[in-house]
Amino acid sequence: MAFESLTQKLNDIFKKLRGKGKLSEADVKQAMKEVRLALLEADVNFKVVKDLISKITERAIGQEVMESLTPAQQVIKIVNEELTSLMGSTQSKVDFSKEITIIMLVGLQGSGKTTTAGKLGKLLSKNGKKPLLVAADIYRPAAITQLKIVGEKVGLPVFTMGQQDPVDISKASVDYAKKHNHDVVIIDTAGRLHVDDDLMNELVNISHAVDPSEILLVVDSMTGQDAVNVAEEFNNRLQLTGLILTKLDGDSRGGAALSVKAVTGCPIKYVGMGEKLDDLEIFHPERMASRILGM
Amino acid sequence: KFNKKIDEKTFEELEELLISADVGVSTTQMLIEKLKENSKKITAAEELKSVLKEEIIDLFPKENISLTYPTVMLIVGVNGVGKTTSIGKLANIYKNQGKKVILAAADTFRAAAIDQLEIWGQRVGVDVIKHQEGADPASVLFDALQAGKARKADLIICDTAGRLHTKKNLMEELKKLYRVCQKEYPQANVVSLIVLDATTGQNALIQAKMFKEAVDFSGIILTKLDGTAKGGIVIAIASELGIPVWYIGIGEGINDLHEFNSQDFVDAIFA
Ligand SMILES: Nc1nc2c(ncn2[C@@H]2O[C@H](COP(=O)(O)OP(=O)(O)OP(=O)(O)O)[C@@H](O)[C@H]2O)c(=O)[nH]1
Ligand SMILES: Nc1nc2c(ncn2[C@@H]2O[C@H](COP(=O)(O)OP(=O)(O)OP(=O)(O)O)[C@@H](O)[C@H]2O)c(=O)[nH]1
Ligand SMILES: [K+]
Ligand SMILES: [Mg+2]
Ligand SMILES: [Mg+2]
Repeated sequence: MAFESLTQKLNDIFKKLRGKGKLSEADVKQAMKEVRLALLEADVNFKVVKDLISKITERAIGQEVMESLTPAQQVIKIVNEELTSLMGSTQSKVDFSKEITIIMLVGLQGSGKTTTAGKLGKLLSKNGKKPLLVAADIYRPAAITQLKIVGEKVGLPVFTMGQQDPVDISKASVDYAKKHNHDVVIIDTAGRLHVDDDLMNELVNISHAVDPSEILLVVDSMTGQDAVNVAEEFNNRLQLTGLILTKLDGDSRGGAALSVKAVTGCPIKYVGMGEKLDDLEIFHPERMASRILGM
Repeated sequence: KFNKKIDEKTFEELEELLISADVGVSTTQMLIEKLKENSKKITAAEELKSVLKEEIIDLFPKENISLTYPTVMLIVGVNGVGKTTSIGKLANIYKNQGKKVILAAADTFRAAAIDQLEIWGQRVGVDVIKHQEGADPASVLFDALQAGKARKADLIICDTAGRLHTKKNLMEELKKLYRVCQKEYPQANVVSLIVLDATTGQNALIQAKMFKEAVDFSGIILTKLDGTAKGGIVIAIASELGIPVWYIGIGEGINDLHEFNSQDFVDAIFA
């Protein structure tokens, strides 16, 4: 299961701490060193780790903790609190306040956007919505066919205009949605690098053209240290409203999840738990935090 | 920045640089320890960097890509890393070397995977052997092997569906594909290659271990190095498993696959 090995490591560290009676400053520092390594091994970004560790250390070395009757318990509590706040504490929902909810899915190549478009469409239609999927990836070989097949599998229509300008496709899809009583439009965009200026501009233009309710960054949960660079750049350019983490059905240590949330401040809204089109779940940060922390 | 005296801070900075390139904690610690040993006489931080680079380069197996024909290449890896795209690029490389190449569309699972490979086949100008979506991958491969023999192909490259290394049944299916190659075309040289995405963190190491067990791959294709990710995890893979990187992917175009050069790779980490 994702996060499992981080959980294991943290538990071992906590166990050692509990084994001690009174804690010295050196004990706390040693434990923090170990927590730092565990987080780095779990792919949490090193800058995020640095901030986190200094925050925890500062709190833990404070007087109340060191002089309390159960110092180890206090330190563990602080680690838990800081990690939980890193994940975000409340579940955040998609904004359905507009007449038509336009959702743009964006992200690096291969992160899972097209599959997620189908999954999200399916999930929302189960909740009584009438989604339209939009094929705005004109670059990847067979991307349009892929979305058509996905749409067919989930029983949703797919708006296509061939290889035309993705901005035009997106605009036209909204008109189509209005005419055909769709209340949700999910735009599948091509994968792109955050440093690809032309393609990043394309996304900005789509976003200006359709004024989406949600711009969700689709992030592969196996991503390493670079996740924060990617997320920061997408967020700077597009003002993301949230994140979708994919491929959590594997054994990734999930550090990208923690890091991306920390640097963008964007909530994780959904998680992809498999290749099948049912495998999308609403994200519950408090559950995830307790899972990571093995609580 | 590194043109200064060496102190504990210098080593810390180097450590951070390696960690941020996804080299991983234990390989980084190993490299830094070694560096401390090897650098006792060094006084300038800049020089320290070259010693560290050498250390890393030494970890990569010194092997050149050498194929004896006919070869069957099985391309494996987790979801979305760039298998199908890399196959298109590989086909182009070998076709340009005058080899006859056939592609096998044995990813019958992912929506439009077959269409995607066909488009690559057309771009490069090589045949693609395919069945319908949902067909048995082993029977697609079987047909491709027969076609390869009949048409005297030098190279048959087999696409496979992306799969997480944690999915036992899917890994078994992959083993079966490997066995089909050996059984149905014993005269051919069977070479598996794993595709790893440079943006992947520490998970790539366990991916490599699990796929190695299943299909005993000979080399790595490291994709998406055109972004800002450094792909440092292949250093850990080289050091722990002794597996060389064969190719790197640096874009989505047909010519964006290059032979791996450890010097360039390491320079990019320190750039
Ligand atoms: N195991 C697993 N695989 C997933 C998940 N989500 C997507 N995938 C797989 O990841 C691969 C890439 O998915 P796509 O939906 O094509 O990704 P994309 O972001 O649209 O890719 P590009 O359009 O090329 O940028 C496919 O093999 C999907 O089946 C998930 O939650 N779990
Ligand atoms: N920037 C960049 N993108 C790449 C590279 N290689 C592949 N891609 C892109 O990554 C995405 C996924 O590539 P695919 O070839 O479909 O990956 P795959 O491993 O076959 O995916 P599945 O079959 O779904 O497991 C596509 O959008 C490719 O264009 C690369 O070297 N650089
Ligand atoms: K990926
Ligand atoms: Mg896509
Ligand atoms: Mg593929």
